Amino acid sequence: MLTLLFDGVAYGMLLFVLAVGLAVTLGLMNFINLAHGAFAMAGGYTTVLLMNKMGVPFLATLPIAFIVSAAAGALLERTLYRPMYAKPHLDQVLFSIGLVFMTVAGVDYFIGSQQQIMQLPSYLQGRFDLGAASEYIGIGKYRLFIIVVCAVLTVVLQAVLSRSRFGSRLRAAVDDPRVASGLGIDVNRVFLLTFAVGSGLAGLGGALGAEILGLDPTFPLKFMIYFLIVVSVGGTTTITGPLLAALLLGIADVAGKYYVPKLGAFIVYALMILILVWRPQGLFARGAAK
Amino acid sequence: MSVRSVRNSLKQATAWRWWEVALLMAAAASWFLLGKHALLLNEIAILALFAVSLDLVLGYAGIVSLGHAAFFGVGAYSAALFAKHVMPDPWLGLALAMAISAAFGALCSLLILRGSDLTRLMVTLGVASILYELANKLSDITGGADGLQGVVMAPLITPFGRFDFDLQGRVAFGYSLTVLVVLLLVARKLVQSPFGVSLKALRDNRLRAASIGLSVNARIAAVYTVAAALAGAAGALTAQTSGFASLDVLDFHRSADVLLVLVIGGTGYLYGGIFGAIALKLLHDWIAAWTPQYWTFWIGLFLVVLMLVGRERLLKPWTWMRRYKGSQP
Repeated sequence: MLTLLFDGVAYGMLLFVLAVGLAVTLGLMNFINLAHGAFAMAGGYTTVLLMNKMGVPFLATLPIAFIVSAAAGALLERTLYRPMYAKPHLDQVLFSIGLVFMTVAGVDYFIGSQQQIMQLPSYLQGRFDLGAASEYIGIGKYRLFIIVVCAVLTVVLQAVLSRSRFGSRLRAAVDDPRVASGLGIDVNRVFLLTFAVGSGLAGLGGALGAEILGLDPTFPLKFMIYFLIVVSVGGTTTITGPLLAALLLGIADVAGKYYVPKLGAFIVYALMILILVWRPQGLFARGAAK
Repeated sequence: MSVRSVRNSLKQATAWRWWEVALLMAAAASWFLLGKHALLLNEIAILALFAVSLDLVLGYAGIVSLGHAAFFGVGAYSAALFAKHVMPDPWLGLALAMAISAAFGALCSLLILRGSDLTRLMVTLGVASILYELANKLSDITGGADGLQGVVMAPLITPFGRFDFDLQGRVAFGYSLTVLVVLLLVARKLVQSPFGVSLKALRDNRLRAASIGLSVNARIAAVYTVAAALAGAAGALTAQTSGFASLDVLDFHRSADVLLVLVIGGTGYLYGGIFGAIALKLLHDWIAAWTPQYWTFWIGLFLVVLMLVGRERLLKPWTWMRRYKGSQP
């Protein structure tokens, strides 16, 4: 029971790191980016390929995954995404679906469609067994590692967004780009940086999650809906909203798959629709929509 | 404006244009002349019907949907199940599939009334995903991942006699084409009625439409129901003419494809779906013959480029050489 809860939390934390970049682009910049999973996949493949082909240790690949995805994000933002900001939502949706199709087919072409297998280092394998038979908890070392990393990231992100100068610039740029640029804030650069960091985080999440979520070329399509759930259920105005939504989703998914495997993802989708019908702006949104 | 000029302008809006007549004649001619390609043409007709259905929702009511395959799938599975377990008559199966899809559409329309574009995207996507999961898990009814096989249709009873569905697909194409044309005429009547005009009004400015006394929610629910029935008909045609219904009818790819069709053909004038379906299927056939495994890459590239230059420009070749002015506010 508690093991399940623990696994759910780990899964939720992972989803949060994967989706938080999307929360920023979607919530703050009001851009519907269905291609977010592609950046996560880039990070995942970076890690797996570096480890399997070049023997780079696992921990060292994580920052590289972050950097590679962030660079890809920055490049795409500058070249392709920026002209799309002002377009209608339908155009953005189709544009990012197009990107997803391209990455899926491209990865399939260059790397192959098989599932990638990742060998974790030995110190992250196994689990701690705590408690007696009735209150037994098995804490997987790798899952604990994920929780710790993601928790640290969350705290740092929250601090950056709410305390730092960059955070206040970002919020200003989002609230009113025109006034912000009038005040001397380089709005384009703020968005570029934000997009890059969001993509980098997705890449990091993809690298961390390659072992748990599985990694193959259809990754962006498979998890697209999960990222969108996190963002739309969590609301996009804060960072704690998506965090709570991700935890809820992680726990519901793990528990649902354990107790009623026949219904599978059904519970998650049904829950999402109910929540969205009940509160269209997300569970933790403040105020009305624009 | 005098009453007469208003009446004239209203009449003009509903008049038959020459290209509409030409299109219908070309459709009829295609059955006689292009019998060899009947299988492909059948797919085009079905996709066109599906796209017309999405156009009602997207082009006229302005609702972005990423899960239109849900209704397609409902139609396909209900037609296949009906034919397999109850009665193999195609017309009855089609009517039933449309009725079930319409009922399901009416139910779903309650979910899309509130919220922003994102919420609607998520809800439509979620409904389609739920149906996909259900069809996957309820394998004793739907056949699960293997699909529902062994759907055998009875001969088609028409005023011209009874026709068996043949392997070349000529009868199937004729059947799909007839259904497409009839439903297209219905949709045409619908969008030219005051109801259709009010839909455009609420698409363009929902607040204003509500404030001049249009019941926005009831209208959206109504058009969503009609569109669901049309999508269900498209699904039923697929299941009946291929004798098969699989999870593929509910896949995300299908919802994305039909959006692509509309984007190629243009939204909001009903025929975009037909032109788009012809273009996409031919494009698909051509790319798939050239690189079968990776054709999605080229479709993706096409989408990205199209969106970057602006989708309305595809339909207006005379703007290609002009510099893009941009839509920044």
